[in-house]
Amino acid sequence: MSAENDRTPDDRTPLLEITNLAVSYRTAGGTIAAVRDASLTVHAGETVAIVGESGSGKSTTAHAVVQLLPSTASIAGGTVRFEGRDVTKISRVELRGLRGRAIGFVPQDPTVSLNPVQRIGRQVAEVLEIHGLADRRTAAARAIDALAEAGLPDPARQAQQYPHELSGGMRQRVLIAIALIARPALVIADEPTSALDVTVQRQILDRIDQLKQELGTAVLLITHDLGVAADRADRIVVMSQGEVVEQGTPAEVLGSPSHPYTRALIAAAPSLDLDAPFAEPVRVTDATGSADASGETDAAGQALAAAFGPLVVAHDLVKEFPVPRAAGGGVHRAVDGVSFAIPRGRTLALVGESGSGKSTTARLVLRLAEPTSGSVEFDGVDLTSLGSGAVRRFRRRAQLVHQNPYASLNPRLPIGRIVSDPLEAFGVGTRAERRRRVEELLDVVALPAGTIDRKPAELSGGQRQRVAIARALALAPDLVVLDEPVSALDVSIQDQILTLLTEIQGEFGVSYLFISHDLAVVRRIAHDVIVLRDGHVVEAGETSRLFRDPREAYTQELLDAIPGRAARA
Amino acid sequence: MVRYVLLRLLQAVGVLWAAYTVSFLVLYALPGDPVTLLAGADATDITPAQLDALRAELGLDRPLIVQYLDQLAAVLRGDLGTSIVTGRPVTEIIGEALPPTIAIAAFALVIAVVAGAGIAIAANYTRHRWLADVLLGLPPLGVAVPAFWFGLMLIQWFSFTVPIFPAVGDRGFISLVLPAITLALPTGATIAQLLSKSLSNTLREPYVDTAWAKGASRARVHLGHALKNAALPALTVTGLIVGQLLSGTVVTETVFSRPGIGRVTAGAVQQQDVPVVQGVVLVAAIAFVLANLAVDLVAPLLDPRIVTTGARSPRRGAAAAAARPAARPASARPAASASGARPAPVASATAVSAAATTQGEPA
Amino acid sequence: MSDTTALVPERHEQSQDVFAATADARFADAVRSRSADAALRAGRGIGRVLARPTLLIAIVWLALVVIAAIAPNLLAPGDPLDGVPADRLQGPSAAHWFGTDQLGRDLYTRVVHGTALTLSAAGIAVAVGLVVGTLLGLLAGFVGRFVDEAVMRLADVLLAIPALLLSLAIITALGFGTINVAVAVGFASIATVSRISRSEVLRVRSSVYIDAARASGDRWGRVLFRHVLPNSAGPVLVLAVLEFAGAILAVSALSFLGYGAPPPAPEWGSLVSGGRDFLRNAWWLTTFPGLVIAATVLAANRLSRALDTEGRRTR
Repeated sequence: MSAENDRTPDDRTPLLEITNLAVSYRTAGGTIAAVRDASLTVHAGETVAIVGESGSGKSTTAHAVVQLLPSTASIAGGTVRFEGRDVTKISRVELRGLRGRAIGFVPQDPTVSLNPVQRIGRQVAEVLEIHGLADRRTAAARAIDALAEAGLPDPARQAQQYPHELSGGMRQRVLIAIALIARPALVIADEPTSALDVTVQRQILDRIDQLKQELGTAVLLITHDLGVAADRADRIVVMSQGEVVEQGTPAEVLGSPSHPYTRALIAAAPSLDLDAPFAEPVRVTDATGSADASGETDAAGQALAAAFGPLVVAHDLVKEFPVPRAAGGGVHRAVDGVSFAIPRGRTLALVGESGSGKSTTARLVLRLAEPTSGSVEFDGVDLTSLGSGAVRRFRRRAQLVHQNPYASLNPRLPIGRIVSDPLEAFGVGTRAERRRRVEELLDVVALPAGTIDRKPAELSGGQRQRVAIARALALAPDLVVLDEPVSALDVSIQDQILTLLTEIQGEFGVSYLFISHDLAVVRRIAHDVIVLRDGHVVEAGETSRLFRDPREAYTQELLDAIPGRAARA
Repeated sequence: MVRYVLLRLLQAVGVLWAAYTVSFLVLYALPGDPVTLLAGADATDITPAQLDALRAELGLDRPLIVQYLDQLAAVLRGDLGTSIVTGRPVTEIIGEALPPTIAIAAFALVIAVVAGAGIAIAANYTRHRWLADVLLGLPPLGVAVPAFWFGLMLIQWFSFTVPIFPAVGDRGFISLVLPAITLALPTGATIAQLLSKSLSNTLREPYVDTAWAKGASRARVHLGHALKNAALPALTVTGLIVGQLLSGTVVTETVFSRPGIGRVTAGAVQQQDVPVVQGVVLVAAIAFVLANLAVDLVAPLLDPRIVTTGARSPRRGAAAAAARPAARPASARPAASASGARPAPVASATAVSAAATTQGEPA
Repeated sequence: MSDTTALVPERHEQSQDVFAATADARFADAVRSRSADAALRAGRGIGRVLARPTLLIAIVWLALVVIAAIAPNLLAPGDPLDGVPADRLQGPSAAHWFGTDQLGRDLYTRVVHGTALTLSAAGIAVAVGLVVGTLLGLLAGFVGRFVDEAVMRLADVLLAIPALLLSLAIITALGFGTINVAVAVGFASIATVSRISRSEVLRVRSSVYIDAARASGDRWGRVLFRHVLPNSAGPVLVLAVLEFAGAILAVSALSFLGYGAPPPAPEWGSLVSGGRDFLRNAWWLTTFPGLVIAATVLAANRLSRALDTEGRRTR
């Protein structure tokens, strides 16, 4: 614990001082250096954010502070001084005394970070018991106070509940209570909101900020999002490939980045770029020769729409799922009266948080699920009335790209077979022709030709998503449904995939139905946006209008939740 | 809760009835004739007419369905029929044989749980890599060694080479030791394998990291947080373990020449004494069902995620989904939840089958 | 790409990331030809076997066992039924590796020649259990609904009867003999196999790449043969080897109890029970056949585990 009065950022001896830290992992293929030469300091009462993409070593660095590294990791060099003591050298008992008491820890995914068979109150109070800070009864009472402090609405009741009875956001508040109950001098928050919905993310970060102000705790915040770091941190540390490439105040790092990686990261971050022009009008080299693709945002789409009408019209879609009897029975309306139109050659985005019904709606459009009521018209034909043969013909024209490129490719097949799978399914072309088509497609998605004989496991996430896009394009469909196509990817990769998608649309005039939770991403690609909540349409409109002039409070809330306000201001 | 208990009871009765029916079908509908065997394979002096008379006397000449309904009605009255060989009521034969069998089975269960759980906990707890390797090497050995041979080896070492325990017969507690160890070997190895795997998986769960981050000691993390969570999947195989112990007595009691259900079964099979075999099968099924019933009633107390208003038995894969936070509807893809892809606190088919094969790790 | 930074290295995506990272590095290299790739992969496979001595021993042992079953005379040229009365109950020696029994028969020769009976019984048992079990599991997992319900209820009921007792009931009905024992053991494993194969089919079926295949227009038949079966086959092979080990144990237990082949024929289980009466003065009669059984089961389990990890590596 620390004295109240020496907690100023300017204090000469830092609270935490990491010097030339190196951490490596043993793997089957040899030793991998996760952190090479990282140095940073955190002063009392200060918030320092480590920003980086996956593999940058940001989490390893943070975990090294509390020595919570997996058994395959070892500290290869450097020191980690906390209040002057090197935690890499102290005994296990001393380390236990630091953890929880002097250094609090807020983990990444709250849904799996609480013991499922223990009551919330016990889990919070346990910190005090471990460190002998209170007896059982006072610990229980203080746990309820800590829960209240972390922003739980009814702490006395929640203390008696089990983790599965609480929402993700509430569980993260519980974990914040656990981290702060012993009044540590430092809290390490490892991507504390990446598993949560956007509006909840903001509330959680606000709460951490507020508690930091009240208690004077220093915070080491790990995040992949420069916007979050800019909003919350006093200083930003940018890491890449195990090294610290840049550090400074948000103004310094964002205003005049010195390292090329930082500049690339800033350029790729969708949330920092809200002043960029909206999705470009689609340039269509069309079949009728009538569409004029001028600079007007609406011209191309309007011309096409006028010529043929919209590609997809969904009318009053409703989808109900039976609720298991164990959960009370009845039905759950996942989609409740959703109507929209997807213009030809343009992108419509469905935006919503988890449980909003956006993915279910997409599956209804693809007829991978049957609507309970309502209809979907594709190119003037009512899909709900189609027989199975006609549905298969429809599949040629409407394709799907999944969220997780690690799961959506059959691990046993080489990339060439995966991409040609739809062609084979419809008996398109000879073997040689198909091979040529696959090569062509791989070229379109900018993958090297050698990829054709590789297995999915040999590719990176971004490369796999390119394969999935190539597969979706194989049959030259009119519509591609993109279900969170970039949310599993790093920002720089996200940026590349979004650019690729825009180019493909420009070249082939394909329509996209783009499913996302992230308005900042949507802004970059969609012409029109529909905001969904609990299966209802909250607001619909052109992207530019929706961003400039949101009409519904919920839309405004989503917009406010986009991090990076500080940087934009 | 009352509804939950009643449903479980009803299910238990259903399983018993079905198990009885299966055993009836196996024993009466498959080709094979107890009468011929009863008369003796080389009994050339018995005429076909005499055999028919014997069949009629035993009621074996009637249509299968009549025999089945007749027997089922008798079972409901508590009458398991009479032995073809000795003519004694089956209930009496089993009633006499049950107590000694229960004695060694219970003793073996204690040994299996203590040794199996002990190995699993110690192997995960120790910081010494070599010790963990040695401990984890034991269960695969225990699973691979034939129990009948292990029993004979024990007799050789501890009755003949170093005479500590009696080789055969029943001389009180001291003669229980070797048979119980023999019986406990495959079961203990199964428990050790299941629990150590479950424990090592649990120890990698993020909530265990949360406990470490609180400053908790190794003992608190392993025993206070991980063990309870890890024990839940192992608990669901209790029924199979009880069945395994009971059927294991066939071998163990033969090796050690002890009276009991196992010996009765071995003898009945030898002489194709169908009613006795069927009675034993029913007893085993009852033991299985009771064990599972006990688990079903205890599990909700240990795991708050099990919903006690539901209809399904938690041993089914589908229940893996039901045991999860139930409020969330199977949103986009109902098929995904049925697959048991989520971490289930209780029991998927794989865990059950792993114990059923008494083999290595769950496939 | 590699997020080796996480607390939990085993978490799915992260391990994938490590994979991807190495792949990325390799990607910069010249693209290797496919055959070179295959050769390299085979080479690595052998390398992995050699790197694990216990696995190597297990494979060698199983190879010897298979040879003993197919061509016993290669390993033991003598006659398993022919005894030399003068050599009765002799301990292990250079002439009689495993010693001799009460009739002066060479125990090693009898064990080697008994392999065929025991192994074929186990083989039949696995075939019965695996064929019926996987068909039921496939049916349940793929057709779903009431078929699934019916099959799984049946499996529940069969599991309520301990496997050994179920085998014994079948033997009671069918009578004794190696084949009957094999069928009984196989039948008793159907419930387990069908459950595992069902859950395997469901796992693959609900995977995202199957959804992707269906969304891109594949017919169900194509989905089954191109995506589901190849991805389920590995785990079934693992299960087959595991079941084989279990079948050897079960078959020899039943043979020990005297329900297998009639006396003069050597079976592993009956060899152990044959030595029972000589425990006090001829330890080798029970010890060696039992050791052979245990070693074979252990080796098969080891192989199954290796196949399992190998399968997970490519999954």
